[in-house]
Amino acid sequence: MNQLKRSLPALAVIALLLATWWLAVFATQSVIFPTPWQVVTGTVELIKDGTLWMHIGASLLRVGIGFSLAVLVGVPLGLWLGWVRAAYDTLNPLFQILRPISPIAWIPIAILWFGVGNASPIYLIFISSVFPMIVQTTSGVHTIEKRYLRAAENFGVSRRTLFRRVVIPATLPQIIVGMRVGLGVAWLVVVAAEMIALRSGLGYLIIDSRNAGNRYDLVISGMIIIGLIGLLLDALMRMLEGLKSVRWRYAH
Amino acid sequence: MRTKIELKSIRKGFVTNQQTLQVVEDVSLNVADGEFVAIVGPSGCGKSTLMNMIAGFFQPDSGSILIDGVPRTKPNPKGILISQHGSIFPWLTVQQNLMFGLNDHANADKQGVADHYAAMVGLKGFENSYPHELSGGMLKRVELARAFAVKPEILYMDEPFSALDALMNLRMRNELLRILAEERHTVMLITHDVEEAIHLADRIMVLSPRPTKIQATFEVKLPHPRKLTSPEVQQLRVAILSELGVDRNAD
Repeated sequence: MNQLKRSLPALAVIALLLATWWLAVFATQSVIFPTPWQVVTGTVELIKDGTLWMHIGASLLRVGIGFSLAVLVGVPLGLWLGWVRAAYDTLNPLFQILRPISPIAWIPIAILWFGVGNASPIYLIFISSVFPMIVQTTSGVHTIEKRYLRAAENFGVSRRTLFRRVVIPATLPQIIVGMRVGLGVAWLVVVAAEMIALRSGLGYLIIDSRNAGNRYDLVISGMIIIGLIGLLLDALMRMLEGLKSVRWRYAH
Repeated sequence: MRTKIELKSIRKGFVTNQQTLQVVEDVSLNVADGEFVAIVGPSGCGKSTLMNMIAGFFQPDSGSILIDGVPRTKPNPKGILISQHGSIFPWLTVQQNLMFGLNDHANADKQGVADHYAAMVGLKGFENSYPHELSGGMLKRVELARAFAVKPEILYMDEPFSALDALMNLRMRNELLRILAEERHTVMLITHDVEEAIHLADRIMVLSPRPTKIQATFEVKLPHPRKLTSPEVQQLRVAILSELGVDRNAD
C-alpha cells in the first residue's frame, strides 16, 4: 500500500505525458504522428502476427551472447589488473583510450570485420560493455580495505585462498555494479546496431517500420518496448545486489 | 617464567616529505609466556606502530623482535592482531569467518571448532548471520572467537574495545578475562584507557610522546576479579595518569 502511494506521482507524470501527447496529436491534426491508442493497436497487431516476439528474442539473444562474453573477459581481466600492479600499468592506459570511443563509432569496422550477420552487433555489445566491467572490477580490487587483506595475511592463508575467499568476494559488489552498467550499455547498443543492418531485432523493427510506410505507431511501440525491457533487465541486475553476501557494500 | 616476546632496542621512523619522522625510539621489553601486558600512551605516540612491528606487519629500522627466541619476519597465525576497527569479513557468515583461519583442519572439523568458539563468546544461534546483521559488540565477539579459534599463542590487541560504548566496553573486558581464564594466552594490549589497562593487565607500560619509549612500568598485583572502585586501583590510576602528564583533578 505504501509502495503504491510512493509510485503514485510517477504514474501521474506518465499519465500527464500521455494526455498531452494525445491532445497534441488532436490539436495539430497530424496524419503521421500516431495517438497513444494507435500505438496500442499497432502493438496488438505485432503481437498477433508473432513478429514482436521474434524481434524481442533476436535482440535479447544478441545482448545475451555479447554481454556474457564481456563478463567472461571483463571480470577476470579486471581482477588481474586490480591485483597485479604491472598488468595495470601496462594495460590501463590503452583501456582508458578505448573506453570513451562510442560503440556507434565501431559500426563501420564491425561491418568490415564481421559482415552484417549476428556477429557484428554481438561484437559491438561486447566492446561497449566490457570496458565498464573492467574498470569497475579493477577499482573494486583497488578499494578493498587494507584491514581485510591484513587479517587474511595474519591467518596465514595461501595465495589461492586469499584470492578466492577475500579478493573476489570483497570485489563482488563492484563487479555487480559493473555488470549493471555493462548490461545497460549493451541494451542501448544492440538497438543502435540493429538499425544499421540485419533483418530482426527491435532496432530493425523501428527503422523498418519507418521505411515501410511511415508506420510511426510501430516506431513508438518499439521504443516503449525497448524502454520497458531495459527497465526489466536493470531490475534483474538489481536483484543480484540483494544477495546477502554483497549487501554489506550497499547497505544503509 | 619463559620469555615469549623479546624486543631489543626497536627503532622505527617514517619518511615524510624528505623528512624522517622518528616514531619509535629505542624500545626494549620482555613479555613472559602467558603474561598480559598493557601499553598505554598518549594518542599519536606510536603505540600502533609498535604493535604492528611486534605482530610482524612492519619491520623495525633497527633492533630485533624475537618470539620464542626466534626473529619474527612476517605475520603468522601464532600471533593474531585485533584492531580497533575490526576485520571481520562482511561477505562471510559468522561461522565462515570463524572457519577462515582453520587451514589445517578437515571440513567437518572446522565447523565443530567454529561452533565451539561461537558458543564460547555467546554467539550461539548467530552462526549463519552476516556481520551487517550484528551489533558492534557482537562483531567484537566474532573477532575474539575468530582469533581464539586458531589457538594463537599471542593476542595482539590494538585498542580493541575503544569503538564500543562504555557499557559494552566493560562487558567485553569481562568476557575477555573469562575466556583467558579458560585458555591462557600471552596478550599484548594497546590502549589509551588507563582503567582498561588496570582491569586487565599483569603489567602496564607507559609510553612517552613521540618518538616513543618506555617511560614507566607498573606491576598490577591485584587478583582477578578486580574491583575497579577499590583504593588500590584508584591509586594506581592516579600514578599512571600523572606519568602521562594528566592532572588528577582534570580527569
